[in-house]
Amino acid sequence: MKKILPRWGWLFTGPTLVAFLIGFVIPFVLGVYLSFTRFTTITRTTWVGLANYARVFGDSVFLHSLWYTAAFSVVTTLVINVAAFAVAYMLVKAIKGSNIFRSVFFMPNLIGGIVLGYIWLLLLNGVLSLWARSITYSETFGFWGMVVLMCWQQIGYMMVIYIAGLQSVPEDVIEAAKVDGASNRTILWRIIIPLVMPSITVCTFLTLTNGFKMFDQNLALTNGAPSRMSELLALNIFNTFYGRPGFEGVGQAKAVIFLLIVAAISLAQNYFTRRRESKA
Amino acid sequence: MTETRRPRAWTVFFSLLSVAYVYPIVLVLINSFKDKVFIADNPFTLPTAESFVGLGNYERGVQMTDFFASFGWSLVITVGATALILLCTSMSAWWIVRVDNLFAKSLYTSFLFNLVVPFQMVMFTLSWFTDLLGLGTPFGLWIVYLGFGAGLAVFIFTGFVKSIPTELEEAALMDGCGPVRTFFWVILPVMKPAIVTVGILQVMWLWNDYLLPYLTLDLKHYKTIPIAVQYLKGGYGSVDMGAMMGVLVLAMVPVIVFYLASQRHIIRGVVSGAVKG
Repeated sequence: MKKILPRWGWLFTGPTLVAFLIGFVIPFVLGVYLSFTRFTTITRTTWVGLANYARVFGDSVFLHSLWYTAAFSVVTTLVINVAAFAVAYMLVKAIKGSNIFRSVFFMPNLIGGIVLGYIWLLLLNGVLSLWARSITYSETFGFWGMVVLMCWQQIGYMMVIYIAGLQSVPEDVIEAAKVDGASNRTILWRIIIPLVMPSITVCTFLTLTNGFKMFDQNLALTNGAPSRMSELLALNIFNTFYGRPGFEGVGQAKAVIFLLIVAAISLAQNYFTRRRESKA
Repeated sequence: MTETRRPRAWTVFFSLLSVAYVYPIVLVLINSFKDKVFIADNPFTLPTAESFVGLGNYERGVQMTDFFASFGWSLVITVGATALILLCTSMSAWWIVRVDNLFAKSLYTSFLFNLVVPFQMVMFTLSWFTDLLGLGTPFGLWIVYLGFGAGLAVFIFTGFVKSIPTELEEAALMDGCGPVRTFFWVILPVMKPAIVTVGILQVMWLWNDYLLPYLTLDLKHYKTIPIAVQYLKGGYGSVDMGAMMGVLVLAMVPVIVFYLASQRHIIRGVVSGAVKG
């Protein structure tokens, strides 16, 4: 097999490779190049060096969206993981094998971001109308509206991962700790949490990246209103590309910066996962 | 783990939480039977004789969005692209793991890199390039999705292939199987758990994806369900909330049916996908 298989590479990897070139490699390389040029159509470009990047950091709306997105990601990561872990912990501990609750909490993940956005638009605007407000009243309203939506969507997803982690904690370790007189709290902090650390790492980074990449829910719920103040990064980049003629190069530069942020998060995850593995 | 003293109290607590969790969806369902004026006025009332419009919202919503055509195209794109991704990337993954030369290694590294890159990085150039190549059809999207979505699939499949003992395929080779027959008769059946995982993750992504089809499809002829829903919002005019509610319910029905039919696989797929990712 070792001898003949390499010759079959064209068949086994060929189709994927061709699609990969079309759907990823060529657009990516072209995208990096365009971030250093001024253009309105891709076939007519002028090299401008780092000018686009300079304009990105002079764009106050973008800088606002940068910290808005960072705050959003941190808040959702904290709330989702604490809530998901707590629900998972109680479900495993109190009501063994309760698949009904698990199913209900997981369900929002299958519904797409656009549909979710409009579901919550109805509910949130309905509630806010009691005070004669709407979700687009201010960026703070939009922020917390999106936080609620994101939590509702993702707590179930992370909970499912935590349940799997908790169920793999060996029963006899906990029994032994109990015999030694450890309290429930000690068992949780000293035994259970260290043992489910892999799940915690995965979920933390998953929620962090999801927060940074969020687009559909933002588009449906606030669409950046009022006056682009509730724009997350992804929507800001989209609006730079398609909302302002002459700013395509700037949009592409923003996209490169966005990639660097997301890649940095992934590298950090990799680092934490490796460090844990080498310890174990 | 340890028993708590009052499991019944927790059952009550989680039951209430479940009701709260389902409430937003039920609210949309209730409002889908109300006249649009009453939806905007107060979404929290039940339909009354005055506000009840029967299936009027559904009829209007279906008409305005051409919903069933969008449903059909969503189905064609999701099923076709998932099948193509499963077939092509599982073949690639096996080849990459077993051959393991410089080409295979660099291919794998590029797929890993793809996993990290957010769609915004390529969206502008990708929509230009697919337009140039004439891939703006549901069938063209199969190729685009195979290309952009290859990373995760290859990653999960290669992880799985590494756990398959080579004795299996050596034996097949002894019996005179070529690489193609070996792959389809020996390897592919063993890979079934990974195929279910990848398949579920892809379906969840493709069915709900909005931006990629919005930027690449020829929207005059083809829309997917998320695009149809977003079209209802339209430009800056007022939204027909009645039609919107009807379409939202219709958009959720297939998802919920799919979920009820295969939730065990879905949850297992998500868990194993996450732990490996």
